[in-house]
Amino acid sequence: MVNIKINGIEYSVEEGTTILEACRQNGIRIPTLCWLKDINAIGACRICVVEMSGARSLTAACVYPLSKFDEGKNILTHSPAVLESRKMTLQLLLSNHNMDCLACARSGNCELQALCKELGVDDSSYFEGAKNEFDIDTSSKHMYRDDNKCINCRRCVAACEKYQGIGVIGANERGFKTEISCAFGMDLANTACVSCGQCITACPTGALSEKDDTDKVWEALADPEKVVVVQTAPAVRASLGEAFGYPMGTHVEGKLAASLRRLGFNAVFDTDFGADLTIMEEANEFIDRVKNGGVLPMITSCSPGWIRYCEAYFPEFLPNLSSCKSPQQMAGAIIKTYWAKKNNIDPKNIVSVSVMPCTAKKFEIGREDQSAAGVPDVDISITTRELVKMINKAGLRFNDLPDEKFDSPLSEGSGAAIIFGATGGVMEAALRTAVWKLTGEAPDSPVEFNEVRGVEGIKFAEYNVGGTAVKVAVVSGLANAKKLLTQVKNGEVDVQFIEVMACPGGCVNGGGQVIQPAEVRNFVDIRAERAKALYSLDSARAVRKSHESPDIKEVYENFLGEPGSHIAHEVLHTSYKPSSLSK
Amino acid sequence: MAFKKSVVAFSQTPEQEQKLMEVINKEKGHKGALMPILQQAQEIYGYLPIEVQTIIAEEMGISLEKVYGVVTFYAQFSLNPKGKYKISVCLGTACYVKGSGDVYNKLQELLNIKGGELTPDGKFSLEACRCIGACGLAPVMTINDDVYGRLTVDEVGDILAKYND
Repeated sequence: MVNIKINGIEYSVEEGTTILEACRQNGIRIPTLCWLKDINAIGACRICVVEMSGARSLTAACVYPLSKFDEGKNILTHSPAVLESRKMTLQLLLSNHNMDCLACARSGNCELQALCKELGVDDSSYFEGAKNEFDIDTSSKHMYRDDNKCINCRRCVAACEKYQGIGVIGANERGFKTEISCAFGMDLANTACVSCGQCITACPTGALSEKDDTDKVWEALADPEKVVVVQTAPAVRASLGEAFGYPMGTHVEGKLAASLRRLGFNAVFDTDFGADLTIMEEANEFIDRVKNGGVLPMITSCSPGWIRYCEAYFPEFLPNLSSCKSPQQMAGAIIKTYWAKKNNIDPKNIVSVSVMPCTAKKFEIGREDQSAAGVPDVDISITTRELVKMINKAGLRFNDLPDEKFDSPLSEGSGAAIIFGATGGVMEAALRTAVWKLTGEAPDSPVEFNEVRGVEGIKFAEYNVGGTAVKVAVVSGLANAKKLLTQVKNGEVDVQFIEVMACPGGCVNGGGQVIQPAEVRNFVDIRAERAKALYSLDSARAVRKSHESPDIKEVYENFLGEPGSHIAHEVLHTSYKPSSLSK
Repeated sequence: MAFKKSVVAFSQTPEQEQKLMEVINKEKGHKGALMPILQQAQEIYGYLPIEVQTIIAEEMGISLEKVYGVVTFYAQFSLNPKGKYKISVCLGTACYVKGSGDVYNKLQELLNIKGGELTPDGKFSLEACRCIGACGLAPVMTINDDVYGRLTVDEVGDILAKYND
């Protein structure tokens, strides 16, 4: 333990604790901009500086571990010199910032703006001088990059490199000319960026943002000729409430359905239905591969960021990918085929919208081989954040809305579908159905597979299923996928079934979710908190296995026949091909 | 976004490629191997085009952006080959005070390239340098081995015209 004083009061903290953490443990918040726990501790932004007795200059609190040499030192966290320094740092940042706050996607939720307010930086032109003028990169389907709002904190770079092991963005040039961009000034669309959006949720300002597709949705809703339907993914209900003041980990399923109905959608569906369908097809595909000598390990295909990653970085594993479309695309395909026919609607007249925790879904809807009815399975994909915008724009008082249900028949999914939003959820859902099938379809087959739950990046489990050992692995975060796939390739790991989700912790922490500032992310595990919401919904569901869902039974009886049937393949399965984009 | 690929088409001899691979295999695995690899690659090719950086990135198992970030950080690395005539303008203190910045700007304007670039015909490359020890002649520039001192902006066009082959 080290005995120190913070603002004159004595504390005892563990050796190795940073000044910032020591202060936090004792009720003092030190502001930060560049620090992002676990991935970006570089002491670069100088916002977290403190005065420390014996030190020649101000010290960056985020990267200073306290040791026995600091015994007895006094740390001043908010002295006049400290506050003056933080203020000047902000003024200098603003001197090279376009301050386009009014129309900025992050206005009101911008860490730079909030700090300026906190520290009373109201004269935005304190330092006049040269300003960089960077081109805005709008090339990719899912996001734009506006470096004129960038503060060079490198949180996005760290997210891309450390979480995802990709690194297609980085700091180029030096000094004043430094720009976070792609190699050779390439458009993001020409790189092997997987569209996961982890850089967006890491960004403290409006420099990175999803492409706003809400205008397309408003336009469709205003068109009397169109039948506008919407589906919403399991993870959306686990984070949406945060935007309306609910504590993290609160699910807002009922109000979500109610808000979509009030926005004017003709039908409000739950992607959980698509997730249940995915399980029916995927469990069937897995059993088929095991029994008939197919390519193993089979790897899940729900996460479009992961699919893009596999196509660019591990094309040798494409035969291992399940041919199942993602739940979004399966639900979309059923809407435009089965549901359209049942309701006598021309699929060309349907505008199918999805609300997703994901930015890669914006890319996925334009993929080849995703048009079961001859038109794209899904037309517009918006993120959780864009839905928040729509709810606010429509004047809906979200918290006052009643709790409603989704529309039948593509409605309430099983508990298995709900947990798709968390890492390990797809695996557990698949096991619920696969184990049931492999063990003689006993109604009391196991429901919970706790070994695959939790936020760890790589998990292994082994199950004895009707006398055979089924070995599985679950990874989230593509850097972890890279590790695991390399081990599989080298023969160091032997598993039959792998679940990969591109985002760390799974879709609950997706790149399209409500953005939590670093100040929250650094001290709360948002992956675990949001996952709790999904697991509580699962345990409360009457139906917890996909094959028991009445809606699923109906669609197979009336339309698909059985899992893996010819028509199921036409409607619900897809294909992949290697990509040669710049890595 | 402006794609900053070199204007001159890339070509390499089998010897160059072999040498590069030798360098990479020798250095890779050491901590901090990227810098010595880049330095030697520039010696082999004279510059570091996207093709060379891509080979280095792939062989080292890092992203192209990582390589490019280092290349653009250090002034010693060049993304473009040197021209038949290599123009260096001294932007050291003495020359700068005497107006070499204006000379440099005039050259960029006349050649229609930026510092560090090469004209599309491969004739002129332009770069800034620090003191070449001829402060008494400030402002100074060199074109290959020719030294031009006490320059004025108006002279620059005539000097370029001398290199007309």
